[in-house]
Amino acid sequence: MTLNAWIPVFALMTSLIASLVIFALPEKGYRLRTAVNLVAALLKLGLVVVMVRGVFLGVDYGVSFTMVPGVTFVLKADAFSMMFAGLSAVLWLLTTIYAVGYLEDSPNRSRFFGFFSLCVASTMGIALAGNLFTFFLFYEMLTLSTYPLVVHRGTETALKAGRTYLIYTLTGGAVLLLAIAWLHGVAGDLPFREGGHFIDADPDIHRSLILIFMLLVAGLGVKAAIFPLHGWLPQAMVAPAPVSALLHAVAVVKAGAFGIVRVVYDIYGVEASSALGLLEPLSWLAAFTILYASVRALRQVDLKRRLAFSTVSQVSYIILGVSIFGPVAAVGGLVHLLHQGIMKITLFFCAGNYAETLGIHRIDEMDGAGRRMPGTSVAFTIGAFGMIGAPPLAGFITKWTMGSGSLAVNMDWVVVVLVFSSLLNAAYFLPVLYRLWFREAGVTWPHERHWGRLETSAWLYWPPLLTAAMTVMVGVLASLPFSPLSWAELIMLREYAP
Amino acid sequence: MTLWLMAGLLFTPLAWAVLTLLTDFTRGRLVTWGGILVQVLVSLGLWLVVSRDGGFYYALGGWQAPLGIELRVDGLAVTFVLLTAVVASACGFHAGVYIDPDKPWHRYFWPLFWFLWSGLNAVWLGGDLFNLYVGLELISLSAVGLVALGGKAGALRASLRYLLAALLGSLAYLLGVALIYGQFGTLSIAGIVFWLEEHPVPAGSSLALALMVAGLALKTALFPLHRWLPPAHGIAKSPVSALLSALVVKASFYIAARLWLELGEPLGNLAAAQLVGLLGSAAVVWGSWLACRQMELKQVVAYSSVAQIGYLFLLFPLTYSVSESVSLQAQQGITLQVISHALAKAAMFLAAGNLVLSTGSRRVDALTGVSRFLPFSLFSFALAGVSLMSLPPSGGFAAKWLLLQASLGSGQWWWVLVLLVGGLLSAVYVFRICRASFLESPETNQFYHPHRSLEIIPMILALLSLGLGLVSAEVLSVMALPFEEEGSP
Repeated sequence: MTLNAWIPVFALMTSLIASLVIFALPEKGYRLRTAVNLVAALLKLGLVVVMVRGVFLGVDYGVSFTMVPGVTFVLKADAFSMMFAGLSAVLWLLTTIYAVGYLEDSPNRSRFFGFFSLCVASTMGIALAGNLFTFFLFYEMLTLSTYPLVVHRGTETALKAGRTYLIYTLTGGAVLLLAIAWLHGVAGDLPFREGGHFIDADPDIHRSLILIFMLLVAGLGVKAAIFPLHGWLPQAMVAPAPVSALLHAVAVVKAGAFGIVRVVYDIYGVEASSALGLLEPLSWLAAFTILYASVRALRQVDLKRRLAFSTVSQVSYIILGVSIFGPVAAVGGLVHLLHQGIMKITLFFCAGNYAETLGIHRIDEMDGAGRRMPGTSVAFTIGAFGMIGAPPLAGFITKWTMGSGSLAVNMDWVVVVLVFSSLLNAAYFLPVLYRLWFREAGVTWPHERHWGRLETSAWLYWPPLLTAAMTVMVGVLASLPFSPLSWAELIMLREYAP
Repeated sequence: MTLWLMAGLLFTPLAWAVLTLLTDFTRGRLVTWGGILVQVLVSLGLWLVVSRDGGFYYALGGWQAPLGIELRVDGLAVTFVLLTAVVASACGFHAGVYIDPDKPWHRYFWPLFWFLWSGLNAVWLGGDLFNLYVGLELISLSAVGLVALGGKAGALRASLRYLLAALLGSLAYLLGVALIYGQFGTLSIAGIVFWLEEHPVPAGSSLALALMVAGLALKTALFPLHRWLPPAHGIAKSPVSALLSALVVKASFYIAARLWLELGEPLGNLAAAQLVGLLGSAAVVWGSWLACRQMELKQVVAYSSVAQIGYLFLLFPLTYSVSESVSLQAQQGITLQVISHALAKAAMFLAAGNLVLSTGSRRVDALTGVSRFLPFSLFSFALAGVSLMSLPPSGGFAAKWLLLQASLGSGQWWWVLVLLVGGLLSAVYVFRICRASFLESPETNQFYHPHRSLEIIPMILALLSLGLGLVSAEVLSVMALPFEEEGSP
């Protein structure tokens, strides 16, 4: 095999090996552990950059072997995998930096960072999987490696949230396995392929295909938190902030959304999905989830819970985008995979900073926090405006592309949903911003801590500022090559003209 | 060469047994550790011979069946020989450190261990019904002895119960063998198949098959005949529990499966096949449910065995009157299930033993906080759990995938539900243990730290069962190796 075949394997291995090394390190090996983490994250980022360039130029990266009789294990890089891989590589680095600061002096850090790296390895595997079987492998590995993170604090609430998380995700996994095995029986081992496989499928298997599609979406929809399968996500916010970032932005919900996109585009093919009548119901479901979760978010008093419902709503943008049969709207959906990740991770970092520095968890405690923590609050404000869709930030690009795309294919109702959802976004974010900047602070904060010169620990301070800057940049520079938007356009170009 | 390998597999364990019978525990341990090395090399040698040249029949000492001992050495048999070598040596090494040499009756551990090993090899390689019976009895009696080594009243009660079940099972099996001999005049399985090719099926031979399978099902603890298993496996010393769950119950299943695959098509019927599958499914659901409710850690693991054994019996409906490709998938799936369960369950019992040793209590709720003190053993336990939950990339997952394919391919979708529900239920009991140990409670801070080697052995086994899924295609290709010459021996 050539070196190119090995690059995806190396990209997977960086975090896998980091995880094993970290498990083996003693609990007190704080510096060494941080170094291993950062080196692995940088190495992975480098490999991903190499692959992004290669995929753009049309280089083939791939490796496969027979794992179970009749099924192959395939790793390969295409334009879409690089999108997800790029997201997780960049955000892993930032989240690791953040987590080092966040977990300072807390117990069980070795376990935490070990599973954290394992999570990222699973995410990489999901991104690079070349067929549904391989995808499933890493999808389940992700479930198992996130459980110890969700229950990290070992309190009764954490364990309860962990149980809910497992019930949802493992059941979803079982349904997904059934669907994949069934599809394998019907059509054999299907690699992910631009344009899909079922454009002229035998009419005899149409009914099976429709049922399998429903099972696939149900199985993947648990992680993607589509209504009514979203119940685990708001509960899982008891986890430490870096874990929430991982769940909401880098790995878990993205894995579900990514899988649905794979199924629609690279297994069924968007034209076949549309012909089978599968896209329309999916778009309704996504639209309903967007509105429903926004309304629920309005009524939360806990900041992280509000953000959690906001995630439920925002992830469905991706689903809505791809379930509209039209390339421009789909570009909007795909680009949101990145945009939502960057914006949401900013918000969770900030929420974590407020909690760690001032002891704030509820929204009504946030009065005047902007003056005490200006850096964090600026980042939070940018993230919130991004979510609302204010130009020229990340969220605006998404909504604009999706809106104009759906108008182009005469699906005007989507624009109504987008506008309405933006109003709801504004309704649940603006009061928070108002409290941050315009209300007087109370006499004391619940648990204030001080770290030298900066408003908070440097480990916690810089990551949200960086991601906030990225939120601005992906919006302003959206038309440059290698921006998320251009990359999404490249994917769609390949999908619609395979 | 082959002769020496055969002798090495079947008779040298008996020699080790006698040698260790003559010495005390500590010297027996030295003999055993040397013996393990020899056995592993011999097993590996036979495995290499078969994977190079294919399988063969072998009449020991030149006598043909029914008088002599007929051996059938194929890919499946050598795979199990090798599996036994791996698991038994792991248990042997573990036991050498785990078992207290000061108790006088513990010196009997080694002889029983070696009798068990030679019985297992006899079953994997046996080609005629009577010698299979001899191997089976050797296994049962040494297993009962090993359970009784616990020494306390509970262990004696459990072993007595085990003995009764084993004897009853043997009796039913022997009755079936006698009927077969009366009808066919031979005890060689291949001979019977050969005979059936030329003659019509004699009346009453279905009864003989049913008797044998029922007896073997009792010895394998198929629901509802499972009641003897959890107390025996739960109360035995951890290395013993590991041996029993990983290998002993598989031996009787192995015979049942071979009888079914060779004779099921002419002698069995659809209703019986479905009934056995139904009992297996009931075992999966009921066993898992009970595992979720046990208060003692090792009982959880023991009931999990009842459930996992249930899957094996899906072999019967999934190979009866189905297409050849479906039947092959089912056989491959079951074989992988046997291997991955053996590795995972041995790992789990050994790790559970460590946890019990560390907390000083057998109870699940005593595990609070142990994740910080014994993370390595807990991690072995959880990794073995991944295989039991049949999540990727474990051998259990590959097995489940093949069984799902076989169920869907033969249109028997009802087994799909069993496979999925079984997986979820096993997740419940595995995570119940993890949850208990993740609880952070400042009260318990007194933990005993077991010897490092006790922690490493289960980890190796767990990793093997986890990695099996990645190489299952290669493992299955050796198992599928045909005989050099087809037809009659």
